[in-house]
Amino acid sequence: MTQPYRLSTGGRIDRSRTLTFSFDGKHYTGHPGDTLASALLANGVHLVGRSFKYHRPRGILTAGGEEPNALVGVGRDDAHFTPNLRATQVELYDGLTSESQNRSPSLMRDYGAVNDVFWRFFPAGFYYKTFMWPRKAWTKFFEPRIREMAGLGRSPKTADAARYAQRFAHCDVLVVGAGPAGLAAALAAAKTGARVILCDEQSEPGGSLLAEPEAMIDGLAAAEWLKAALVQLAAYPQVKILPRTIAFGYFPHNMIGLAQSLTDHDGEWDDSKPRGRLWQVRAKQVVIAAGAIERPLVFPDNDRPGIMLAEAARIYLERYGVLPGRRALVFTANDVAYRTALALHRAGCAIAGIVDLRPDAGGPLVTAAQKAGLPVFPASTIAGTDGRLRVTGATIKPIAGGSGQHVSCDVLLMSGGFTPSVHLFSQSRGKLVFDSTLDAFLPGAPAEACSVAGSAAGLQSLKEVLDSGAAAGGGAASYQVANAPLAQGGFIGAVPYHGDPGSVRAFLDYQNDVTAKDVVLALREGMRSVEHVKRFTTNGMATDQGKLSNMNALGIMAPVLNKPVPAIGTTTFRMPYTPVPFGYFGGYARGELFEPERRTAIHSWAAAQGAVFEDVSLWKRARYFPRGTEDMRQAVARECRAVRNGVGIFDASTLGKIEVVGPDAAEFLNRMYINAWTKLQPGKLRYGILLREDGFVIDDGVIGRISDTRFHVTTTTGGAARVLTMMEDYLQTEFPELDVWLTSTTEQYAVIAVQGPMAREVVQPLVEGADISAEAMPHMSMVECRIAGVPARLFRVSFTGELGFEINVPADYGRAVWEDLMESGRPYGITPYGTETMHVLRAEKGYIIVGQETDGTVTPDDVGYAGMIGKAKPDFVGKRALARAAFAAQTNRKQLVGLLTDDPAHVLEEGAHIVADPAQPKPMTMLGHVTSSYWSDALGRSIALALLRDGRARTGEQLYVPLENGNARVTVVSSVFYDPEGVRLNG
Amino acid sequence: MKLLPPRSPIKGSQEMLLIPCPYCGNRPEIEFAYGGEAHVVRAAAPRTVDDTAWTEFLYFRKNPRGDHAERWRHAYGCGRFFNVKRNTYTDQIEASYRIGETLP
Repeated sequence: MTQPYRLSTGGRIDRSRTLTFSFDGKHYTGHPGDTLASALLANGVHLVGRSFKYHRPRGILTAGGEEPNALVGVGRDDAHFTPNLRATQVELYDGLTSESQNRSPSLMRDYGAVNDVFWRFFPAGFYYKTFMWPRKAWTKFFEPRIREMAGLGRSPKTADAARYAQRFAHCDVLVVGAGPAGLAAALAAAKTGARVILCDEQSEPGGSLLAEPEAMIDGLAAAEWLKAALVQLAAYPQVKILPRTIAFGYFPHNMIGLAQSLTDHDGEWDDSKPRGRLWQVRAKQVVIAAGAIERPLVFPDNDRPGIMLAEAARIYLERYGVLPGRRALVFTANDVAYRTALALHRAGCAIAGIVDLRPDAGGPLVTAAQKAGLPVFPASTIAGTDGRLRVTGATIKPIAGGSGQHVSCDVLLMSGGFTPSVHLFSQSRGKLVFDSTLDAFLPGAPAEACSVAGSAAGLQSLKEVLDSGAAAGGGAASYQVANAPLAQGGFIGAVPYHGDPGSVRAFLDYQNDVTAKDVVLALREGMRSVEHVKRFTTNGMATDQGKLSNMNALGIMAPVLNKPVPAIGTTTFRMPYTPVPFGYFGGYARGELFEPERRTAIHSWAAAQGAVFEDVSLWKRARYFPRGTEDMRQAVARECRAVRNGVGIFDASTLGKIEVVGPDAAEFLNRMYINAWTKLQPGKLRYGILLREDGFVIDDGVIGRISDTRFHVTTTTGGAARVLTMMEDYLQTEFPELDVWLTSTTEQYAVIAVQGPMAREVVQPLVEGADISAEAMPHMSMVECRIAGVPARLFRVSFTGELGFEINVPADYGRAVWEDLMESGRPYGITPYGTETMHVLRAEKGYIIVGQETDGTVTPDDVGYAGMIGKAKPDFVGKRALARAAFAAQTNRKQLVGLLTDDPAHVLEEGAHIVADPAQPKPMTMLGHVTSSYWSDALGRSIALALLRDGRARTGEQLYVPLENGNARVTVVSSVFYDPEGVRLNG
Repeated sequence: MKLLPPRSPIKGSQEMLLIPCPYCGNRPEIEFAYGGEAHVVRAAAPRTVDDTAWTEFLYFRKNPRGDHAERWRHAYGCGRFFNVKRNTYTDQIEASYRIGETLP
């Protein structure tokens, strides 16, 4: 039979069913109720990992979320694979596939273990000093090797097949931890009618009561009391119990992040169900009942497989029916380890000895051990252990000195006492207070509406734990408790061992391979702050965040620095309490749901035509419409020709649109935009420039005056929300006396641009109620009419330099009007064009794109628009900034110019820099940069726009653009390449 | 300057403050946009302000550890700007009040 270390009775496992699982390719069996760790131990497997730095063989140390060694990868395939899971928390299911980490080729024979032979050369901080020369070798050689050698698990190469849910929740009381304190708190709160959420990281509620065979609560055995408490809680409809749920973060205003595992425990067999759920709980009151974590003792070679925490060994025995070994040596500074020894003794495990650091250990558990005939070594220590892949023995020495005694064992169980879990409380920014009798930081004054109950508050007796829980839950229960052990006693720091400190390694932080000596070295190197020691040694920086090591590190520092622990302080606790998979945070926001996708009313038409789309903020915009085998350049050249010579049609619906309405609308725009608006007549358009208060261009767009009190403002596609917010800001906070309303109409209008010499012929037949002849409707005017039977705002405006119209119709009619225009334009060869052609056409005319020709440091004058400023206006946003002497003093500002390359076929890289002399030594003096660069079909050559120092004065100069494949010589020209007189606009 | 950073309404899992909008009541931070320091007064007649003072107005902001008066906009709610007195160390909000009202 397999599972040689499984007892025939006892524990909370279901022996009637056998589960098969594999670890590193080898098959084992276990039972429902097991964790991967308990099932491996039942099969006698302690060796489960190799350490991070020295590749030392490591075993299962704990029975919970603080596990630093037993990190495994779990999952049947790459799409369901999760690395770095703690085997102590992985629930067993049939078919579970798991593997060890950081070993090559196998756990038994690991080449990386050579690091352990040469450990003297790898002290803390070694790579800050060692890999300094030659410099290039760091990136090319050392770093890749180190990353390969020192690592955790492998990342899966395929996408995660699981999906993840997220939920917001509110409650009166959130109880973190369903041990005795948490249950008492939830019961008390539920009695008051409060809405309660009780979460716990384990598979079932109960905490320490799940491994408590002796204690009696209110006359019931602990397990029976637990059962009754859960029945009682289930009867309250307003109580929600969340098992397998980690409270990983405490955020301001009592927002707690919970990560609830939903399908990991049964193997993620159904991908249609969410694997996990992220809860964001807003609680009126939080009760932290997170328990306490047993501390290891820091002694030489305290990390061999088979060395475990004493309470963990007892949990494996009582909860899982597993004997951790056949011959146990116990090393303790705490009474509860005696309880472990007694329980193992009763279960048939030989006790090689109980080594107690304390000279005067007493109390009922000690007496009971003595009575049972267990060999007790008071005032003694362990000076070393042996065994390579499993501990085989240890040397016991009196603390006072003298000769040692070697005893053999196959497990060594240690207890340095308990560290209260103050992580969440500390994350909430509550103050910690050091208790020197317990050698522990305890919760002090809270910063949020929260309280801490049970052993997380440093309480040691089960009665105190239960009563504190009841009080925290708002009740006044007084529990009757009998036969409960008292977990008194403890030790922090490195134990005395009477050896040469240079020749031994006593591990402090198992996961990061930090030894007691490393901390002393850090202090010798001059580190004083606990935060510096942490970073120099990496103690506490592993994924377990020093749950086992932080207090011992302080215990080592205190005597060297000759300071009490509270004067050294503690490092900052940060979320997450235990690692949470990224998928929980991504939640629904992945793939198509990562961001909302905005589509125009004409999108479906463009898609059907085979348009190639590009992303512009959240919008999908048609970039070009390839025909046949055309590539982008060919398609764009054809589209450009169509607009210059005939007529093109363009979907401009993504332009931001804001309706500015009210008696003071014109005055409001006067104060916001640089231009003058008072005299703009209804029915006219004006190109507006918007600055920030610092004088730099932030947006632009054509603004139409519909009536005396109504303006149709357009913004850039990406700037729509920003401009509306900025307008709201000034209207609400600076100009509240103005009677103006702002309404976003971006999504309400579809905007169709018809551009080209034949544009009027295409639009005219569809217009009702307006004369759009050149005389009646000149450039930069507008009219309200019907187009294709639909109410429309028709703008005569051009972003191409050709005769053009922009037709605003209700978005629902956008596609119908578009198709009517296509039909109307068929005799003229109407050609749909995309954003790429739009860019080329506007660049040929020197029209700027905000965000391309401007970068937040460009003034209106820089781009040649100073003439648009309303000179008579007393004020507008940015006016005062532009008048500052600091601006006037800058005679060398970058200005918008055109560039022509010597080689007409050479299209420059956008963003390339411009210099006067390419032969000058580096770093060169940069004169400016290319902002836009295209092949111009109309000119039969390349063109570029650039921002250039003192650019307008340089017209005609020859400069250079240094590029990877040589220096391009360019001539500075006007930014208007095509139709500089602008006659084509007036067609 | 009064520019608000663009915020996406869907990625709110890091937003955790509970902000009392004076018009709507307590709402989660995900509904709001931050608006920078409060009570930075834009002079009614900027021409009368000298360069030094205008530069202060444009670029100089407090960065206190402790109580801070700051602007928020209930962007995905009523749309109103208002002021909040928040402790930048503890994140506790001591007061919220309307634009134009004085710091309590």
